[in-house]
Amino acid sequence: MNERKIRVLIAKPGLDGHDRGAKVVARALRDAGMEIIYTGLRQTPEMIAEAALQEDVDAVGLSILSGAHMALVPRVLELLKANGQENVKVFLGGIVPDEDVPVLLKLGVIGIYGPGTLSATYVTEIRKAVMEVHA
Amino acid sequence: MDLAQAVLAGDRLALARTLSYVENGTEQGRSILSDLFAYTGNAHLVGVTGASGTGKSSLVNQLARYYRQPARQNGQMEGEVPLRVAVVAVDPTSPFTGGAILGDRIRMRDLAGDPGVFIRSMATRGSLGGIASATAAVVQVLDAARYDMILIETVGAGQSEVEIAHLAHTTVVVEAPGLGDDIQAIKAGILEIADILVVNKADLPGVENTERALRGSLDLAHPQPHHFQHHGHLEMAAGQADKAEAFEAIWVPPIIRTVAIEGTGIPELVKAISDHQMHLHATGGWVLRERWRLQTELDMLLENRLVEGFRSRLPVGVYEQMLEDMLGRRLSPFQAVEKLVDMVD
Repeated sequence: MNERKIRVLIAKPGLDGHDRGAKVVARALRDAGMEIIYTGLRQTPEMIAEAALQEDVDAVGLSILSGAHMALVPRVLELLKANGQENVKVFLGGIVPDEDVPVLLKLGVIGIYGPGTLSATYVTEIRKAVMEVHA
Repeated sequence: MDLAQAVLAGDRLALARTLSYVENGTEQGRSILSDLFAYTGNAHLVGVTGASGTGKSSLVNQLARYYRQPARQNGQMEGEVPLRVAVVAVDPTSPFTGGAILGDRIRMRDLAGDPGVFIRSMATRGSLGGIASATAAVVQVLDAARYDMILIETVGAGQSEVEIAHLAHTTVVVEAPGLGDDIQAIKAGILEIADILVVNKADLPGVENTERALRGSLDLAHPQPHHFQHHGHLEMAAGQADKAEAFEAIWVPPIIRTVAIEGTGIPELVKAISDHQMHLHATGGWVLRERWRLQTELDMLLENRLVEGFRSRLPVGVYEQMLEDMLGRRLSPFQAVEKLVDMVD
């Protein structure tokens, strides 16, 4: 059992309590052979960065439906960087208005997967982004 | 500074990275582990096991909280330094896809933001004993990183996931009301490995019945020495038989009622864990359990190494041919093994 497993943290920052999407994504990534650490609801960016560090994950998925993504996402990216985890890939799910998408991608988010995204799409993209780091 | 030095110096990113190397069984992981091994042997390893949904994660959360704030929670311990606590939480790997959902952190959110706590989730990656094959090594790294108390939470364990007893100094088995009748309590397996029995969710109806069944089972057991059985063989740490009888005969597992989500019964559980630790130290059981653990590890590593070496010396294709012959019922598994061994000797 020496193969390298991709480890992904799935977290819900902020105050909205709808985690069905997060669970669907977690399940799809699990079925793609990844190890998913699921943190549950109402996490602060600090809690998420700490979990990402302790679990030494390759990627962090944030599910946000509260509209607070422009505050929460930059903070998570900043904390990951401060912890020396700038190589950790961050992707988003939930509701993100079109005009915010280019801004978030420019900040370093690798993908934004709203409702209706095929699981094959994000599985492939996440795997590719993680593999590039370890190539 | 190399990774082992950084782990010893308390660098958390280095620790997390090292745990990954060790978990993945890489060459680098083995080398760091060898550097760190001299610094291990100080932590108290506490295993927490029991069926799915009995509240293991919530209980671990409460235990860790308690260890982090001893002064506030018990007045008499004023001024004492809180223990550094590590949690290793194991959840199962899918046998079909190799993926896993590790969800134990959900119940441990109270521990976030405390630099004296380190939580690591692990998938079983094919192991069937309730923990992963790399769990022992992961625990060693945390031990070297000066965590005083290491809480190891197994997968939701049914009846035979008893590997944790080989790893932990103290094994806590968690039960909850309504999970089975008194026949469950006299079956072999998980109840036998308990140093401490917890009846969690003690605010639910039926708690008296559960406790009575467990107590009845303990009374029948007439405390006697535990000789670990491994693959059906009697497994005794080499040359330690007499000492084992001396210490295991005295400890009777206490039964403790808790309501983990409210924190009820946690001080009593903490006391039982520390009583058991003192008991092990006083009777020589501590060293004996260390010996058991290291012997288990040595056997496992030796086995893996020998099998690996053996396979590499087999002519190409022979192993597959034997498998075909067995499939065609031309060779029994025993005959196949004889043939393979003869071929290399």
